[in-house]
Amino acid sequence: MSHEATLHGHELHEHHDTFLTKYVFSQDHKMIAKQFLITGMVWAVLGGLMSVLFRLQLGYPDASFPWLESILGKWAKGGQITPEAYYALVTTHGTVLVFFVLTAGLSGTFANFLIPLQVGARDMASPFMNMLSYWFFLAASVVMLSSMFVETGPFSGGWTAYPPLSALGDASPGSKTGMDLWIIAMALFVVSSLLGGLNYIATILNMRTKGMSMTRLPLTIWALFFTAVLGVLSFPVLLSGLILLIFDRNFGTSFYLSDIFVNGVGALSNEGGSAILYQHLFWFLGHPEVYIILLPAMGMVSEIMSINSRKPIFGYMAMLGSLFAIAALAFLVWAHHMFVTGLNPFLGSIFVLLTLLIAVPSAIKVFNWLTTLWRGNIRFTPAMLFAIGFVSLFISGGLTGIWLGNAALDIHLHDTYFVIAHFHIVMGVASMFGMFAGVYHWFPKMYGRYLNNSLGYIHFWVTMAGAYLIFWPMHYEGLAGMPRRYFDFSIWESFKQFAELNRFISTVSMIVFAVQILFLINFFYSIFKGRKVTTTNPWEANTLEWTTPINPGHGNWPGEIPEVHRWAYDYGKDGKDFIPQDVPVGADESSH
Amino acid sequence: MSNVTTASSEAKWWGGGKSPFDVEYGKVMMWYFLMSDAFTFGAFLISYGTVRFSTNGWPDPNKVFKSFPFAPEGVNAPLVFVSIMTFILIVSSVTMVLAVHAGKMMDKKGVVRNMIWTIIGGIAFLSCQAWEWNHLHHEGAWWGVNPFMNADGTASSTNFTNFFFTITGFHGFHVFSGVVINIIMLIMTLMNKFEERGHYLMIEKAGLYWHFVDLVWVFVFTCFYLL
Repeated sequence: MSHEATLHGHELHEHHDTFLTKYVFSQDHKMIAKQFLITGMVWAVLGGLMSVLFRLQLGYPDASFPWLESILGKWAKGGQITPEAYYALVTTHGTVLVFFVLTAGLSGTFANFLIPLQVGARDMASPFMNMLSYWFFLAASVVMLSSMFVETGPFSGGWTAYPPLSALGDASPGSKTGMDLWIIAMALFVVSSLLGGLNYIATILNMRTKGMSMTRLPLTIWALFFTAVLGVLSFPVLLSGLILLIFDRNFGTSFYLSDIFVNGVGALSNEGGSAILYQHLFWFLGHPEVYIILLPAMGMVSEIMSINSRKPIFGYMAMLGSLFAIAALAFLVWAHHMFVTGLNPFLGSIFVLLTLLIAVPSAIKVFNWLTTLWRGNIRFTPAMLFAIGFVSLFISGGLTGIWLGNAALDIHLHDTYFVIAHFHIVMGVASMFGMFAGVYHWFPKMYGRYLNNSLGYIHFWVTMAGAYLIFWPMHYEGLAGMPRRYFDFSIWESFKQFAELNRFISTVSMIVFAVQILFLINFFYSIFKGRKVTTTNPWEANTLEWTTPINPGHGNWPGEIPEVHRWAYDYGKDGKDFIPQDVPVGADESSH
Repeated sequence: MSNVTTASSEAKWWGGGKSPFDVEYGKVMMWYFLMSDAFTFGAFLISYGTVRFSTNGWPDPNKVFKSFPFAPEGVNAPLVFVSIMTFILIVSSVTMVLAVHAGKMMDKKGVVRNMIWTIIGGIAFLSCQAWEWNHLHHEGAWWGVNPFMNADGTASSTNFTNFFFTITGFHGFHVFSGVVINIIMLIMTLMNKFEERGHYLMIEKAGLYWHFVDLVWVFVFTCFYLL
C-alpha cells in the first residue's frame, strides 16, 4: 500500500472528521503545530503575568495593593506578595517560559508546522507519535498548572531546582507537593520532547521530496534539525537527574544529600551525596537547552530576512557550519554556569575557552544576517522587524555573554542582575522575537488570513523599546552587585539608589505586558476576521509551503508533491525577483 | 510499507525517500532513541562514578554477591550467579540475531522459534534479578540501608546500595519493556503481519533495542560486580 494512496484516503475522509478528530486528536502536523502554539501562548500569558506580579513587588516593596489579596488570597496577605509567593512566582516564571513556552511553544509549533511543508512531505514520519508528543506536553502542562493550586504552593527554589532545597521536603513550603508535581511535569515534558524530536529528525532525514538534498534545505529546517538532536541528547540527562532526585526525596537515598546541618533538625543522616552532582546533570541539559531555544529562532530569522531583503541568504554553508558548531559546542560548556561552585580553576579555564569559542559561530551568523540585509530591497513587514530585532538583541545579549563566560569576571557577576539581563536579552526576549517573527510570517499559511500590520508595528516597537528599557538598566544593577532572587532590596543601604530604577523597570514591564495582550487580540481577531489571503504565495517566497493551496488539507498538496530543482534562496537572480524551489533550472542557468 | 517513491535514475540529486543512510524512518528513530537512552544510562553511571570516587571505601563485590539460589546458607560462590545471569542475557542476544536473520530470509518459523527463545532468556534474566534483589533485601540491603562492610572492613555508606538498586532497577525496567516488545513482535509474527508487509523490519528494530539493553548491562555489570 503506497503512502500516496493512504493520503488520498485521508483527504476523502476529511469531510467526515468530527470536532474531536479534527481539533483534538488530530494527527495532522499543521493542527498539532497550532495546538502547541495555543498552549504555548496560554503559558506565555501566565508566565508573563507572574513576572508582572513579582516586578510589582520589586518596584513597590513597601506598597500595599488590596486587590492583590483578593486575587491571590493568602499568598498576598495585606495586599503585599509574601516572600514564599515571590519565590514561587520567579521559579514558575522561569520553568514555564524556558520549557513550556520557548521549547515546546517555539520548536513544537514551528518544527511541526514547517518541517513537512518545507521538506515536501505529506506529514511527519509518524503522525501518531506526533500526536502523543502534544498530549504528553499537555499532560505536563496540566500537572505543572495543578502544582500552583496545592496548599503549600508550587516549587519555589528556582527554576534550576538545586538540591538541597529541592531534595528536602521541609526546606520550604514549595519543596513539598509542589516539587513532586514539578518533577512529574518535567518528566512528562522530557517524554514529549523525545517523541517530538525523534519525529523531526526522521522526517528531515527520510521524508524529503525528490530533489530536496540536504544542502537545498531552507535554514529553518537545518536549525530545527540541530534543535531536535540537542533535545534528544540532552533531555535524557535531566531525566536521570530527576529520577535520582525522586529517590532522594522519597526513598531515603543520598545522591545529592550529605550530612549537612539543618537549623532546628541537626545534621542530616545522609552521607556522601553531592549537591554539585545535580548541578552537573542539570546544566548538561541546561546549556544545550539555551540553544534548543535559540536555534529555531535563528533558522526562522535567516529565512524571513532573506525573503524580505529579496536577496539570497549570505553564506548559506557558513550559516550551516555555524549552526553545527553551536550545536556541538553546546554540549561542552555547561560548567560555565558553575564557576563559583568550587570548580577546579584549571577545569574552569577550559570551560572559559570553550565558552568563548561560541562567539565565533555566533559572530559568523550575525555577520551573515547583516550582509543579507546589506543593499537589500527590504520589506519592513512586522515579521521582518522582529527578525531584525532578534539580531539586535542577540548582539547585545551575546556581548555580555563574553563577560559572563569569563571565570574571573563571573565571580563578581554571578547571581546578580547582570546575569538576568544577559540571558533575558540573548535567549529569552530574542527567542520570543524569533517566535513573533515566525507567527507574523507564517500566520497566512496557518489560518489563511493576515495579521493586522498596524497592530503588528505597535507590538514590535513597544516590545523592542521595552525590552531594552527593562533589561539594559539591570546590567548596572548587577555590576553594582545587586543579587538576583531577592524578595526585597529596600533594607540594604547599597541598593537604595536603585529603588527608583526598579520602579521604572517594573512600570515598563507592565506596559510591555499590555502590548502582548494587544498581540493576542490581533491574533485571535485575525483568525476569524483578518484580511483573507488571496494568493498562494503572499510573501513571494521560494520555499515549498507556498506551493500548497491557501488552506492546505491533511496531506498538504492535493496532487503530486512538487519536485525540487534548486535551493531556497534564488532571490534577485538573473533579473528575476524570486524563483521558487520547484521551478526547473533553465538550460542557461546554474543553481545550487 | 515503504512510503516513498523509488530513487530515479537522476542519481546525482536526492531522489526522496530512504537516503542518506538507506534505512526507513523507523530505524532512524530507533537509533536516535538508543543514543538518547545511552545518555540516560551514561548520566546514571557517571553519577555513580562521581559519588564512588568521592566516597571512602566501597564494598567488595566478591563478598556481597556470593550467594546462589537453593544453595545452603553461607555458601561462598562469588559472582557465580551473576555470571549465569549475564550469560543468559548474552545468549538471548544471540537468539535475537538469529530471529532477525530468519526474518531477512522470510523464514517465519525461524523467527517464531528464536523470538520464543529470546523472550525466555529475557524472562529468565528478570527472574534471576528478582531473586537477587529479594536475597539482598533479606540481608538487609535496600535504598538507604547498606548492611555490607567496605572492602577494608570499615562501615560503608549507603551509596553502594542506593546506586545498585537504582541503576540495576532502571536496567531491569528496560529488560522488562524489551520482553513486552518482543512478545508483541512474536504475536504480530504469528498473526502473519510481517508476511503481509513483505518484510520483518519490526523484528530488526526490536532487535536493536534488545542488543542495546544487553550492551548497557555489560557496563552495569562492570560497574557493580567487577570494579
